[in-house]
Amino acid sequence: MKLIIAIIRPERLQAVQDALQKTLDEGDNYRLTVASVDGHGRATGEIEYFRGQQVRTRMAQKTQITIGVNDAYVERAIDAILKAARGTEGGEIGDGKIFVLPLEQCVRIRTGERGGSAI
Amino acid sequence: MFDSLVGATTDTLSCVPITLAADAAAPLIDSGSTAWMLMSSAMVLLMVPGLALFYGGMVRRKNVLTTMLHSFVAMAIIGLQWVLIGYCLAFGTSWHGLIGWNPDYLAFNGISHTALYGDKHVPELVFAMFQGKFAIITPALIAGAVAERISFRAYVIFIVLWSTFVYCPLAHWVWASGGWLFEKGVLDFAGGTVVHIASGVSALALVLLVGNRRDYPDGAIMPNSLVLTLTGAGLLWFGWFGFNAGSAVAVETPVAGSTAVLAFTTTQTAAAAAALVWMLLEWNHTGKPTSLGVASGIVAGLVAITPAAGHVKPVWAIVIGAVGSVVCYFAVQLKARHRKDDSLDAFGVHGVGGMWGAIATGIFCFIPAAGLINGGGFRQIGLQLLGVGVTVAFAFVMTIIIGSIVKATVGLRVTDAQERDGLDITIHGERGYHL
Repeated sequence: MKLIIAIIRPERLQAVQDALQKTLDEGDNYRLTVASVDGHGRATGEIEYFRGQQVRTRMAQKTQITIGVNDAYVERAIDAILKAARGTEGGEIGDGKIFVLPLEQCVRIRTGERGGSAI
Repeated sequence: MFDSLVGATTDTLSCVPITLAADAAAPLIDSGSTAWMLMSSAMVLLMVPGLALFYGGMVRRKNVLTTMLHSFVAMAIIGLQWVLIGYCLAFGTSWHGLIGWNPDYLAFNGISHTALYGDKHVPELVFAMFQGKFAIITPALIAGAVAERISFRAYVIFIVLWSTFVYCPLAHWVWASGGWLFEKGVLDFAGGTVVHIASGVSALALVLLVGNRRDYPDGAIMPNSLVLTLTGAGLLWFGWFGFNAGSAVAVETPVAGSTAVLAFTTTQTAAAAAALVWMLLEWNHTGKPTSLGVASGIVAGLVAITPAAGHVKPVWAIVIGAVGSVVCYFAVQLKARHRKDDSLDAFGVHGVGGMWGAIATGIFCFIPAAGLINGGGFRQIGLQLLGVGVTVAFAFVMTIIIGSIVKATVGLRVTDAQERDGLDITIHGERGYHL
């Protein structure tokens, strides 16, 4: 099991969700958690103006999605996010990043199931 | 004291003003009417920030400032354009019923603050200011249709041209003494044709030129705050009392009189009926009575009653408002089928609601002309249809021409990347909300 955390452009969220959905079997549904986050990578944030003063806000507004994935689906999920999250053909700075972490355990609260079947 | 002049010949005071009038040979200011016109003018202006909130709440958070600015900048631009030339074109001496012109009106330079407007016993300046607020809100209504992708530069240029070459002639035709539709007897109490049909139809024409938003119709385009939208709808309702009841200035002396009260009453009644009907329709149709539905109903009812406000009895205002909601509701649903991204439903509500209101005026009016239900036959409906047809054709064609000129020169749209990242940060260098 892996935990995939992806930081993407807010307006790409819908496309990423659609792409993730396509990697699944018929009738299944993706489980994911979404949060609005602020941060920056190589892009240096945004320039704003406040009362005539230029202010560089280090942070840009992004969306973070978190999904737990069984090993068989990891590469498919990464591919789906990669393609759908690019702002333009070929990609550009600010498109975001994908982190893949080992996932030690997963428990479905309702049933108490553990492991891959709980994902 | 002046109030005693009107309809009170038995009043013992009536001799006093007559003597005064004979002495000075100068008409008197009616302070009550002047106060009401000042108040109405301020209330109509308040509708503009109301509209900013109404529209601003419905767009995504990355575009909230640019959308609100469309309304606010109209206050700045048309607020000036009206003083410099707009009033002159709309209400100057009529040239063949087509356009006004009176050099004294340029920059209000020749309008003395003591000069009175017509026989209304209110200063001309208050009339000019009142009308100026209508000129401000009308182009701002159009902005809702092209929200989230129109270039700010293009919008600024467009509204100057549109106000000068579409709004001013239309206002002259319909409202000015000598205007050709006015002289024919077309009724438009407070702007069903001039404001709502004109802005709604122009909105549709502009959508055709600007195109849909990049995320329409496949992306999830959700409002950033319906709280703002509801607040805006409330301010619009409040301001609309000035819009409609203040428009008694066109038909009655004293202005703050029975026609103003009639318009006030019909305005309240139609808005209430429309809000209720929209809510019930939607509740029945989708199972959910939404807050945006109630807000939309309020606006649809207010739009529908606008041309009829001082011409119909309150009971018919219920019908006008209720039917207004029904036609606007279905017009908004229809949009999904045609895939024309009139983003905030400027055409669906103002265009369609305005057309219904203008025609309904011909059905239900009892003063100054008898409509269909009051024994007047189809004559007034015919006149109203003329008003609607002329306004639709003129506004559509002129907007296509003006829009095409702006498109060919500075372009109408922002770049795809600007649209993607939001107009607030890319054009204005600001965000509406931080952490």
